[in-house]
Amino acid sequence: MPLQPDIVDQIVRIIGEERRVLIKKTDLLSYGYDASFGFFVPDLVCQVKCVEEVSEIIKLANREKIPITPRGNASGLSGGALPIEGGIVIDVSLWNDVLEIHRDDMIAVVSPGVITADIDRAAQKVGLMYPPDPSSSNVSTIAGNIAENSGGPRGLKYGVTKDYVLGLQVVTPEGHIIRTGGRTIKNVTGYDLTKLIVGSEGTLGIITEAILRLIPRPQATISLMAVFDDIVQAGYAITNVLTSGILPSKIEFMDQASIWAVESYRPMGLPINAEAVLFIELDGHPLAIRDEADYVYKLMQKTGALRVQKAETSDQEEKMWKARKLVSPAVARHKPTKISEDATVPRSQIPSFLKRLREIKDKFDIELVVFGHAGDGNLHPNILCDQRNKEEMKKVEKAVAAIFEAALDLGGTLSGEHGIGLMKKSFMPMEFDQFSLEMMKRIKQAWDPNNIMNPGKIFPKPGDRLVLR
Amino acid sequence: MEAQENVYLKKAADLTYDCVRCGYCLPSCPTYLTMKTETQTPRGRINLVRMAAEGHITVNELSVPIDLCLGCRACEHVCPSNIQYGKMLELVKGSIRYHKKQTSSPLRRFCEGFVFKHVFPSKSIMNKLGSFLWVYQKSGVKKVVHMKPLRYLLPKKLELFDKGLTEAKPPFRKNDGRRYPSISERPALKVAFFTGCVMEAVFYRINLLSIRLLQKVGCEVVVVNDQTCCGALQLHAGEEELAKEMAKRNIEVFEKEEFDYIVNSAGGCGAMLKEYDGLFEGDPEWLERARHFKQKVADISVILNKLGLKLERVLSYRVTYQPSCHMTNVQKVTKEPEALIQSIEGIEFIRLNKPNLCCGSGGIYNLIHFEESMNILNAKMSDIKDTKANVIVTTNPGCLLQMKVGIAKENLHDHIKAVHLVELLAEACEVTENRWI
Ligand SMILES: Cc1cc2nc3c(=O)[nH]c(=O)nc-3n(C[C@H](O)[C@H](O)[C@H](O)COP(=O)(O)OP(=O)(O)OC[C@H]3O[C@@H](n4cnc5c(N)ncnc54)[C@H](O)[C@@H]3O)c2cc1C
Ligand code: SF4
Ligand code: SF4
Repeated sequence: MPLQPDIVDQIVRIIGEERRVLIKKTDLLSYGYDASFGFFVPDLVCQVKCVEEVSEIIKLANREKIPITPRGNASGLSGGALPIEGGIVIDVSLWNDVLEIHRDDMIAVVSPGVITADIDRAAQKVGLMYPPDPSSSNVSTIAGNIAENSGGPRGLKYGVTKDYVLGLQVVTPEGHIIRTGGRTIKNVTGYDLTKLIVGSEGTLGIITEAILRLIPRPQATISLMAVFDDIVQAGYAITNVLTSGILPSKIEFMDQASIWAVESYRPMGLPINAEAVLFIELDGHPLAIRDEADYVYKLMQKTGALRVQKAETSDQEEKMWKARKLVSPAVARHKPTKISEDATVPRSQIPSFLKRLREIKDKFDIELVVFGHAGDGNLHPNILCDQRNKEEMKKVEKAVAAIFEAALDLGGTLSGEHGIGLMKKSFMPMEFDQFSLEMMKRIKQAWDPNNIMNPGKIFPKPGDRLVLR
Repeated sequence: MEAQENVYLKKAADLTYDCVRCGYCLPSCPTYLTMKTETQTPRGRINLVRMAAEGHITVNELSVPIDLCLGCRACEHVCPSNIQYGKMLELVKGSIRYHKKQTSSPLRRFCEGFVFKHVFPSKSIMNKLGSFLWVYQKSGVKKVVHMKPLRYLLPKKLELFDKGLTEAKPPFRKNDGRRYPSISERPALKVAFFTGCVMEAVFYRINLLSIRLLQKVGCEVVVVNDQTCCGALQLHAGEEELAKEMAKRNIEVFEKEEFDYIVNSAGGCGAMLKEYDGLFEGDPEWLERARHFKQKVADISVILNKLGLKLERVLSYRVTYQPSCHMTNVQKVTKEPEALIQSIEGIEFIRLNKPNLCCGSGGIYNLIHFEESMNILNAKMSDIKDTKANVIVTTNPGCLLQMKVGIAKENLHDHIKAVHLVELLAEACEVTENRWI
């Protein structure tokens, strides 16, 4: 239902700048998607730039019961930023004026629209690091990262977004401006609302500022590559490293299909007869990591690696990681649609999960490539298909369900970092029993009595199912 | 006509399926940085193309964001999903063009058709234009811009472009058909020189210097007779058929003799020449000829770098380089120009913070969308000022003009000058356009 003209007028008055209130059809259609599937057109887009604006608009929406969908740069893979019930999209991507690094407190204070990689770049200038490094960090906003609790390769050693959020300013679904946490590392005063907001996928309020923890930047890195002729063996190699007393900063994985794709796209000298390749990065003091690298080198050989290679120069190191980065474009060339799942299993179950994925690939006769952050059990099985081929997509829907089933059987979870949003909500009852889900719903109800904040996400309605067509 | 409009649109929509909507292209898009809505991003435009093909919006509605796209193709360069944005854009423009031909007034249609069909490709008009500009510059006669063919193109703020125009072509001098011998002891290559229409008319001197430099590194240079413009301006305006005609003519005249390379010093033209094969899908004979042609096309920086230019003078400039978008994103020539600049003794080279961001010139974008173009230029100028450079080097006439406009706009002529790479190199090896004629 389109918004009443007087509501639009009120919004324009709150924002004060007409160009930040979008109602033209071509504009509205441009805020109907994110990096997942699904397309839903909002009634209005509001490009906010300060907390008062947000608070006033939410109050208005709450009064009039207009759905609100928060949005960063729409790189989300689970449909979190899709306005599935129409209403107002609150776009925070232009709001990036604050990016302060407080070196002595080792914290950063940032506006919601600041790009993730810019925070780390600013920290680097004073010898600090903001570790969470989702592959999308050059485009994703910090608010989107916080809302999805994003992770990245460095998560293996350093943890994910939630481990770095110390405090937040949030506008609640009733329009109140609240603060959670603070500027200290330790803080046990009251309930930990910060942790509740992190990963809440925009369903509990709008994040308007964040205080982030920074850490000293490691002095050096060394990278290794290990080649295996058996994918399951590569899984064991990961487990062996992680139980050896050494914690690499990254362990990334590529299966044979990804290797082939890269080699036929841009030859990088990867062994095409191998079944799997591991890329391992160690970071820390130069002398310490040299020893560790030797140890890991031998460990890989012992676990049956066909070949192990240590990058001796920064050029070699760069080339090694470039090969890993090329997987995405390389597989994209193959088929137009890529369904990127992020079901995650406990580390010890990586070999079994790889086995199950191989079975799923054969059973449903789909093109499945597996690559990603293997070290933390967050493998990314990617299904390559063609959205326009309805028959194929039916198979894919079934395969996705089977992947989730496998992950849960092995004690894992539906999503390691992309979130539930719209895409995975129908699978929630597979992971949670009725009462566990019910407690989550009660929290939502308490925060958002009129259910205006990102409605239709996370919690399934009866009859919901995954549709990719 | 109606059918043709849809044929183009449908073909364009087919290419949109390569987009996975990851948003990786957003930070590289100049119109997103300045216009700040998703509608003006590559991802947004790709989505709207599909929306138009599916009938959710009209071709007219689609034409607004498409017209505002610079066609710089920075998005294509960074896209992890290999989007063929340039190809899609051409098809969409073709569709819009057909649509507008049906709906726009006959007079406007005539004017536009006239400019693309007769002004740019016509050596004699462009020559006259060049000569006119020359007389104008030499004599200081104002109001050149009220010349008929230009009046349509230059609606406002002409003074700035005026200030940007440098040495146009002196009258009564014909370059076509001339042969310039190698002047090196070791004749290395026989090359054909592609002059380009805007380049030859407005920056004639740079073309001459290019030839001199080529001679100096051991090339015999032939300015092939009857060549015409590359067709990029036409293609980017949706006139695919006209562009094809030009491509055919160029392919034909350059086939008449065997050359090692077909050299040009305009990044945008070079890119177009290198994509001639894209025009002839489904036409095996011309496709083959276009492929043969494009293999020989090379930017002058590639040839000079390959053959090694002997530099004689120390130049103590602080230099930055604004790469032409199509040089980077289409020709993928990035290292050679920088290497050449850095090889000059005395030069301090400072890379721009965002070298791959378009300067806002975009063919004739700066004439049609003046305000938008100037906003993009502002971002570029602030990056340039941060480098504290006193020379901006470019590799394409459009960019060169735009940089000169930027300098004029910010009143920086006393501190910064904009030059073509060829001019800087010529200065460093004491080559002038008049030696060795
Ligand atoms: C190619 C690619 C690679 C990726 N790699 C990774 C990866 O390695 N690791 C990873 O974790 N993710 C990855 N992602 C997913 C995605 O980039 C992250 O989820 C990211 O955090 C989304 O940020 P965004 O700014 O695009 O947010 P959006 O997609 O715009 O929004 C995401 C969610 O955040 C909510 N939201 C946005 N702003 C606010 C706010 N101010 N207040 C409250 N809620 C808000 C939205 O409602 C939505 O639910 C990848 C995505 C792509 C396309
Ligand atoms: S980078 Fe490519 S795939 Fe990603 S949104 Fe842009 S065009 Fe689409
Ligand atoms: S061609 Fe340039 S202006 Fe157009 S969408 Fe791509 S990056 Fe933006």
